[in-house]
Amino acid sequence: MNLFDILGPVMVGPSSSHTAGAVRIGRIGRRLLGEGTPVSAKIELSGSFAATGQGHGTDRALIAGLLGMQPDDERIAVSFDAAKEKGMTFAFSRVNLSGEHPNTARLTLEGKCGGHLCVTASSLGGGRIEVVEMNGLRAKFSGDLPTLIVQNEDKPGHVGEVATMLYKRGINLATMRLYRDFPGGSAVMIIETDKAVPKDGLDELRAREGILAVKFINTEG
Amino acid sequence: MAIESLSALMKAGETRDLFDVVIDSDCIDRGTNREESFTRMGALYAAIRRAKEGYDPALRSRSGMVGGEGAKMREYLKNSKTISGDYAAKVIAQALEMGESNACMKCIVAAPTAGSCGVLPAALLPYQERENLSDEQMIRALYIAGAIGQVVAKKASIAGAAGGCQAEIGTASAMAAGALCYLAGGSADAVCHASAIAIKSLLGLVCDPIAGLVEVPCVKRNAAGALIAMSSADMALAGIRSAVPPDEVIDAMREVGDKMDVSLRETGMGGVAATPFGQMISEKMSGGQ
Repeated sequence: MNLFDILGPVMVGPSSSHTAGAVRIGRIGRRLLGEGTPVSAKIELSGSFAATGQGHGTDRALIAGLLGMQPDDERIAVSFDAAKEKGMTFAFSRVNLSGEHPNTARLTLEGKCGGHLCVTASSLGGGRIEVVEMNGLRAKFSGDLPTLIVQNEDKPGHVGEVATMLYKRGINLATMRLYRDFPGGSAVMIIETDKAVPKDGLDELRAREGILAVKFINTEG
Repeated sequence: MAIESLSALMKAGETRDLFDVVIDSDCIDRGTNREESFTRMGALYAAIRRAKEGYDPALRSRSGMVGGEGAKMREYLKNSKTISGDYAAKVIAQALEMGESNACMKCIVAAPTAGSCGVLPAALLPYQERENLSDEQMIRALYIAGAIGQVVAKKASIAGAAGGCQAEIGTASAMAAGALCYLAGGSADAVCHASAIAIKSLLGLVCDPIAGLVEVPCVKRNAAGALIAMSSADMALAGIRSAVPPDEVIDAMREVGDKMDVSLRETGMGGVAATPFGQMISEKMSGGQ
């Protein structure tokens, strides 16, 4: 651990995993939806999030993240009121996501432009998080680096298209992971890069046949 | 590269100021320069100060078990002859206030964890005020605290779920003891022995939060951690040394953590969490969902 893993983060209490990590899960849901504050959010809490989440403010922290607040924002404590003001409806329930990390939440979000997203993410400790599933497909990433997420038909050539697009723009790949439901079905590429992918690059991919959705989330500023 | 043992820290500190040793190590570790590192550490110290100012005695935690204790302590300090002395009473008040702020969803600085966030500020803020030290000196001391935390994280653990409360309040107390000792002009040897004495004083402390919440007994343990940091630093400054070499103390902490039953490692199932009162709160909290 580096020095600033020991000292910090600066955060609203009481728990780095159940509060700060929960804010980050809300934030990554909002960023993945890509339409600002969602109009509705269905939030399912699993494991320790369900058992002790209320006392740790996990529920308010998740809502705060969906509203775009940072883990050190003291309005986290009153995020339910803020959601009402912003017109975001939300509902909490419990779920048993067996096999996932004990601190896991599943968010089902609807955006004001009609976007729909279902994302499952875990809080790993110390405020660090990991997305584990998106729209029913396994997809693991932290959002710590600029991340390109491409959903495509599981057919040859799409990885090459994406790699070429990045190469043409001089963008270095840090990591790359591929997931699919079954051969020839739906696939997801998770590519972490060293710098941001410009919009024209994303549009180039969106225009390709067989590429179903393209999302890019930049690092937290 | 990150500092991996207290013996390495003591050796490096024979010829160089510990602050220089640690900041250079951070620069290599994170691929940065001294200016960025110091600015970032300065921002943390500023956040600790803001957290102190942000204390609100009217707030209560979600379970209702925590809130207002720091203010009670200040009131007592003003109106009564304290047993532990006015300075120690201020330290206790500061530790309680920070722990309460954390439990009541105010902004704090985890050091090393949110549950133990009151120890370092309680040891440092009243000391700065009394000794009239500059912020720069305090920020330098944070490096010493951080390096000690790094060694514990590397050799044992700083998570209650892995090593019990000794890993959280124990580590925080060791960090604070080292920082105080450094501020008072102690040698690297004294700094590391102060840390070891603090850890020994808290060895075996279990993590038994009622209903799994960072409230009881966490908040009050911050006060104990800060006071033990003071007594440990004073012993080391007096020339007293830990009979057991400091790194071996941390190894013992790991061994004790490994042997600790899972019910005593942040599961809310043992210790004060398992008392009838603890169970009653636990049921109230889960029933209120």
